[in-house]
Amino acid sequence: MLGKTARGLFWMFRYLERSENTARLVDAGFRIALTRSAAASDEWSSIVTTAGVREAYLEKHSQFAAAPVIDFLLRDRSNSSSVMSVVDAARANARMVRTALTREVWEATNECWITLKDLLARQVAETDLPDVLAVIRRQSALVRGALHGTMLRNDIYDFARIGTFVERADNTARILDVKYYVLLPSVSHVGSSLDNVQWETILRSVSAQRAYRWISGGTASPMGIAELLILDRRMPRSLAFCTAQLRENLAFLADDYGAALPCHDLAEGIYRDLIDRSIESIFDSRLHDFLGEFIRRNNELGARIEHDYRFYG
Amino acid sequence: MNGNGEGPREPYCEYCRWFAGEDPARLRKKTQEAETFFRRTGITFNVYGQEEAAERLIPFDIVPHIISDREWARLARGIEQRVRAINAFLHDIYHRQEILLAGRIPVDLISNNEAWLPQMVGVSPPGGIYTHIVGVDIVRTGENEFFVLEDNARTPSGVSYMLENRETMLHMFPGLFSRIKVREVSDYPKKLRRSLAACAPAGAADPPVVAVLTPGIHNSAYFEHSFLADQMGVELVEGHDLSVVEGRIAMRTTQGFTPIDVLYRRIDDDYLDPLCFNPDSMLGVPGIMDAYRAGNITIANAPGAGISDDKAIYSYMPEIVEFYTGEKAILSNVPTWRCSDADALAYVLEHLGELVVKEVHGSGGYGMLVGPAASKKEIAAFAAKLKARPANYIAQPTLALSTVPILTRSGLAPRHVDLRPFVLASPSRIDITPGGLTRVALKAGSLVVNSSQGGGTKDTWVLEE
Amino acid sequence: MRLRITHRTEYAYDGPLAYALQELRLRPKSSHGQNVISWSTTVDGGSKELEFHDQHNNHVELISFNPGGRAISVLSAGEVETSDTAGLFGRHGGYAPLWYFNRITDRTRPGPHTRKIVKALGQEFADDISRLHALSAAIARQVSYLPGVTDATTLAEEALEAGKGVCQDHAHIFIAAARLMGFPARYVSGYLMMDDRPEQEASHAWAEAHIDALGWVGFDISNGISPDERYVRVATGLDYGEAAPVSGITRGTNAESMIVTLQVQQ
Repeated sequence: MLGKTARGLFWMFRYLERSENTARLVDAGFRIALTRSAAASDEWSSIVTTAGVREAYLEKHSQFAAAPVIDFLLRDRSNSSSVMSVVDAARANARMVRTALTREVWEATNECWITLKDLLARQVAETDLPDVLAVIRRQSALVRGALHGTMLRNDIYDFARIGTFVERADNTARILDVKYYVLLPSVSHVGSSLDNVQWETILRSVSAQRAYRWISGGTASPMGIAELLILDRRMPRSLAFCTAQLRENLAFLADDYGAALPCHDLAEGIYRDLIDRSIESIFDSRLHDFLGEFIRRNNELGARIEHDYRFYG
Repeated sequence: MNGNGEGPREPYCEYCRWFAGEDPARLRKKTQEAETFFRRTGITFNVYGQEEAAERLIPFDIVPHIISDREWARLARGIEQRVRAINAFLHDIYHRQEILLAGRIPVDLISNNEAWLPQMVGVSPPGGIYTHIVGVDIVRTGENEFFVLEDNARTPSGVSYMLENRETMLHMFPGLFSRIKVREVSDYPKKLRRSLAACAPAGAADPPVVAVLTPGIHNSAYFEHSFLADQMGVELVEGHDLSVVEGRIAMRTTQGFTPIDVLYRRIDDDYLDPLCFNPDSMLGVPGIMDAYRAGNITIANAPGAGISDDKAIYSYMPEIVEFYTGEKAILSNVPTWRCSDADALAYVLEHLGELVVKEVHGSGGYGMLVGPAASKKEIAAFAAKLKARPANYIAQPTLALSTVPILTRSGLAPRHVDLRPFVLASPSRIDITPGGLTRVALKAGSLVVNSSQGGGTKDTWVLEE
Repeated sequence: MRLRITHRTEYAYDGPLAYALQELRLRPKSSHGQNVISWSTTVDGGSKELEFHDQHNNHVELISFNPGGRAISVLSAGEVETSDTAGLFGRHGGYAPLWYFNRITDRTRPGPHTRKIVKALGQEFADDISRLHALSAAIARQVSYLPGVTDATTLAEEALEAGKGVCQDHAHIFIAAARLMGFPARYVSGYLMMDDRPEQEASHAWAEAHIDALGWVGFDISNGISPDERYVRVATGLDYGEAAPVSGITRGTNAESMIVTLQVQQ
C-alpha cells in the first residue's frame, strides 16, 4: 500500500470521527444552555476549548453564545475542525484513497458529504438543531457501518481503525481535561446541582448517559464517571477501549508486514499504563496531569505511526 | 435515424421496436435514475475556472448510439491503420526523420512545434510503442462515410464514462440486452493492464508493476484516474509518492519503496519532470525522464507523442498514413485549411460564416468558432484574432453530419454526435474497444459535443453479427 | 597528446538536504580527435542512480544525495588521448537534426547588440570559415575576459552589452550571432590544458558552428583559436543549459557553496 493511501485512510477516519464528536459536543452544550441559561456562556466557552479551536473562535467572535458557537462548530469553513470542514476533508481523503475503498464505503462517504453540504448550506435554526446533529452522527455511523460490513480485514482496514481511535482517544481525553475540575472530590461542589448537570454533560458528550446508568445503578459519582471514561474497556469511547483497539490494530499491521516498529512500543506503553491503573491512583497523581500526559502520548503515537508507515515523503 | 427524415437506419430497427413498446414516462424516469446513480457514485468532472465545489455530472442520454457489425469492421480497420502510422511517425520523427527528408511534410511544422520534444531525440521506448492508448474522434456523414476529427495521442480521456454508461444501461434495462446482442466493453481495464504490462522495460518484475499517475483529486479527470487504477487493480500515485531509488522510479509504500515498471501517466509532458521540463512543476517526478532514457521505466503514452495529434500535423495525416503503411488512408480526414498559409487564410476569412475554426494547440472545444452558429459580431471578433495570429488556427468545413436519436421531453429527436473509440497498442497487437465514448450535442442543430460546453454522453453499441 | 584530468566538485549546504538529484555531464566520449583511455566518476555523500545518453549523445549520469547530508563531492578523473584536428569535428551525426541547432534559446536570443556585431562584420569574406573566425575575433575584442561579472544565467545579449564576461558568455554570443547568420551552432563544455600550469580555474567552454562544406568547426573565442590537441570535448548543447557539467534540483535547504578543483596535465 502507498504511504499516501495509509495517510488518506487514517485522516479520512479521523475526520469522520471528529465530525461525530463535534456534533455530540454541540448537543451537550445545547442541552445545558436550554436547562441552565445562566451558565450557558461558560458552557459554550468550554465546548469551544474542548474542540481545540478557542483561538480561531476568538479571532472572529468576542462572546460565547449559542448561535455563533454552533455556527462556528458546524458550518464555518474558516474553522478547519468544523463539521463541514472535516466532512469536506474526509471526502477529499476518500477520493484520494478511493481505490482502497469498497464501493459501499465510498458511496456512504460521498452521500455523507452531499447530505451535510445540503443540510449545512444555511445557518441552522435552534429548532432544527437536534435533528441536524442526529443526521451528522448518523452519516458518520453509516460510513463506519459500510466499513465494518464490506471491507477486508487487511492493512487498509487497520489504518482506517487506527485513525478512528487516535481521534476518539484524543477527543475523550479533551472532554475530561476541560471538565476535570468538576470531577475532583471538592467539598464545596459535592452533591450540588451544578455538578450533576456538568456530569450529565460529560456523559452526554460521549453518548454514555445510558451506559453509566446501567453500570452505576443510578448514583452518579465523579470518580465513577472518570472510571467509566478512562478505564472501562467495555465503553467504546473510553481511553482504555481506544488504546486497546490501537494496540490491536497495530499488532495486526505488525503481523501483516512482518515487522514491529517504534509505534508498536509506544502503543504498548500507553496501553500498559492504563490497564495497570486504578482510578484512585489516577486521582492521587492529579487527574489534570494524567490527562495532559495521555493527550501528549496519544499525539506522539499518531505522529510515530505517520513516520513509521511513511505517510509523507 | 439518419437525420434526413427517412426513419431509423437499419441497426436501430430492433431497438426502435423495443422503444415503441415502452412507456415514455417510465423512460424519462430512468433518465433521472441514471443521474442519481452517477451523482452517488461520484462520476463527476471538475470544470476549470469554477469553484472547487463545482463537480458536475455529464448529462447522460439513455438511447444508445448503435453501430452495425459491418460498419464497425471497416471503422476498426481504418483506426488500426491510423494508429500504426502514428506510432511509426513518432519513431521516425525522433530518429532519422525520413518523412522530413522525403519532403512529405514541411520541416517548419516540426521545428517550430513545442510538442516536438528534443529530449526524446534518439529515445526508443520499450517495445517500440509511443502511443499505448489512443482516442480517435470520429464522425459520420453517411453510410460508411467516416471522418476523423482528431487523434488524441497524449492522454485521451473518457473511457470511464464509456464503461459506466454501459454499466448504467445494463442496470436499468437488463431485458434490452437479452433482446439485442451487443459487444462487450467491460474487459477494457483488463486489456489495458495487459497491454501496458506488455510494454514493460527489460528487467521488469514478473508480472510488471503498473501504476497510474494522477495530478491529484482536483484534476478534472480525477474520477477516471482512480476508476482506471481501481479497475486495473494497480496503485494510483501522485508525483510526491515517487522518487528515484537505485536508478528506478519507485513508489513510497507503508513498507518501503516499490519500483514501478510501467507508469500510465495522466499528466502533461510539461509537468512530468521538473528536472527535464517545466522546473516549476509540483506535479511531476524529478528524474523520471532520466530513468526513462536509461530504459528503466515505461511511460505511457511516451513523452512527445503529442507531436502526432497536433491540429497542424492532423492535416497531413493522409500523407503520414501513406508514407508509413504504403496504403491509402481508409478513414478520411476532414479537409483542413492551415491559416499559416496566406491563400488559405484569405479563403478562411472570406468564408468564416461556413467554417469551423480551431486553435492549433487548443482542446476541449475552447477558443473555437463555429461559423454557422456564430453571430456577425462574434465572426468579426474572431476574424481579428485570426488575422493577428494566423498560424495559430486551422479551419474546416462544417460537415453534413448524420444524427442519432436522443430522448427529449417530446420523444426521440435527432442530435449530432461524435465517437471516440479507445485503442490499445502493444508490441504484439492493437486492440480497439468495440464502440467507445459517444458524445452528443444536446442542443438541436449544435455541433459542439464537449462536456465542458454542455454536451452529453450515451452508451455505444456495436452489434454482434 | 595524453591528458590527465582530475575534476572535483564539492558542494556544502548550511542545513540537511531533504532530497537532491543532479545530472552530471562530465564524462568525455571517444570521438573525432579524442580517445578516452580511462574514466571514472566517484561520488562521496551520494550515489549514482543511472546513466544514459541525451539528445546530443552526451553521457549523462544522475546522482542522488544522501538524505539528511550536508555535503557531497563528485570526482571525475581519467585519461584522454587527443590529436589536433585543426578545430574540425567532422560531419553532423546523431539523431538531433541540424535544424535543431538553429533554435533560439533564452540565453542565445539575439538582440540589437548581437545584430550590430553581425552587421559590422560585413560581407567581404572568402569563405564561411573566415567569416566565423572574424566573428570570433570581434566578440573577443568587444567582450573582455573578466571573471566574476557574469554567471551561468547571463544572457548573450547582456554580456555583449556589458562588454565583460567569461568563456561561457563568449560562446553564447558566438552561437547567437552564428545562428543569426544562418549557421547551425552549439555550445561545447570541456577541458583545456593551459600551457603554463596544471591547476585550472573552471572547466572551459567554446562553440561550434556547422559549415556545409566542412561539418562542425570549433571556435574558442576566449583564446582566439580553434581547439587543438589541448582540448577535450565533454558535452554539447544548444547552450549552457543543455551542456552544463552539473545541473539539478535540491530540496530542503537553500544556501550552497561550491568548490571546484580541476587539474589538466600531460
